[in-house]
Amino acid sequence: MQFFGGSEISPSPPAPTVSGNNAHMVYVFNRNGVCLLYREWNRPLHTLNAQQDHKLIAERGNLGVPQLPGQGCSFHSFRTNTYKLSFMETPSGIKIILVTHPRTGDLRDSLKYIYNLYVDYVMKNPLYRPGSPIRSDLFITTLDQYVRSIA
Amino acid sequence: MPPAGPRSGDAIFASVERVNAELFTLTYGATVRQLLTDLEEVEEVNKQLDQMGYNIGIRLIDEFLAKSNVSRCVDFKETAEVIAKVGFKMFLGIAATVTNWDADGTCCSIILDDNPLVDFVELPDTCQGLYYCNILSGVIRGALEMCLGRDIAPYLKIVTDTQYLAFTKVSMKTEVTWLRDVLRGDDAYELQVKLLKQVPEEYPYKDDE
Repeated sequence: MQFFGGSEISPSPPAPTVSGNNAHMVYVFNRNGVCLLYREWNRPLHTLNAQQDHKLIAERGNLGVPQLPGQGCSFHSFRTNTYKLSFMETPSGIKIILVTHPRTGDLRDSLKYIYNLYVDYVMKNPLYRPGSPIRSDLFITTLDQYVRSIA
Repeated sequence: MPPAGPRSGDAIFASVERVNAELFTLTYGATVRQLLTDLEEVEEVNKQLDQMGYNIGIRLIDEFLAKSNVSRCVDFKETAEVIAKVGFKMFLGIAATVTNWDADGTCCSIILDDNPLVDFVELPDTCQGLYYCNILSGVIRGALEMCLGRDIAPYLKIVTDTQYLAFTKVSMKTEVTWLRDVLRGDDAYELQVKLLKQVPEEYPYKDDE
């Protein structure tokens, strides 16, 4: 059930759709631009192959780089007619990108939560080699469930 | 809603799940003991502990960033403060202080007020060269190497429109050594953290497509 909090201090919940599924895709990149994870739930158009797609998305992450020294990265999302792209970069170089329905609210907290999931399920797994694509079923399942719940 | 600010070490330490301190101390002791048996040379054990710490550090940094909400540090001084006040507190419950800055601001000492790793430990004569807590120096080194700091000088480079230089991000290569160690007869635990160089991050996609 979605609550629209007028005076609450919380990210405004996204406008619910019929299917209840707002999120289209998520990307996780590491500091070298290697795509660690790509999940897709709803992608109407496939115009780029995987390699070009990752490069394009990773470059979006670098839009946040040119900035005055001393300030944090101010770019965290943009919106077009068909989608909204939310972005978060950590000081360790992990970039998380979420592409959602255009009427979605501020997803910074969701991105933080996804980062926490990444830390718990991926980083703490001793058998995971940092820098390699994520294959952890637990992480993917939990991520899917969480993303569905924010939709 | 603006993102939440950085949390204090105490707050995080109180909120995470903790393990029994004795179990932790005894497990670490068993690890060191086994390394001594396997490797026999004290120098080798020191190196191995450092390497283990490094492997921990490169993963620990993400957990640290996720839980503590710190943003990118402006300079190395702030980095050292954050390590001492938030990092050590959050993971080990140790309150640490930063002192002894050199003129450049690239070298400092972190003094630990207590050290859960060394409860019940005494070094025998056969292990006199051993840095028992060397894992901690590896952890700091690994964590800083994964952490992108800032460097202003490259910002002055000319950026062409076909090539993005990731010109504010640098990887911090450090050297972390023990200056004082209670197990070796000194009166405190003092780590020296020296910033060796800042390696600018390379942006992997250099073409203009």
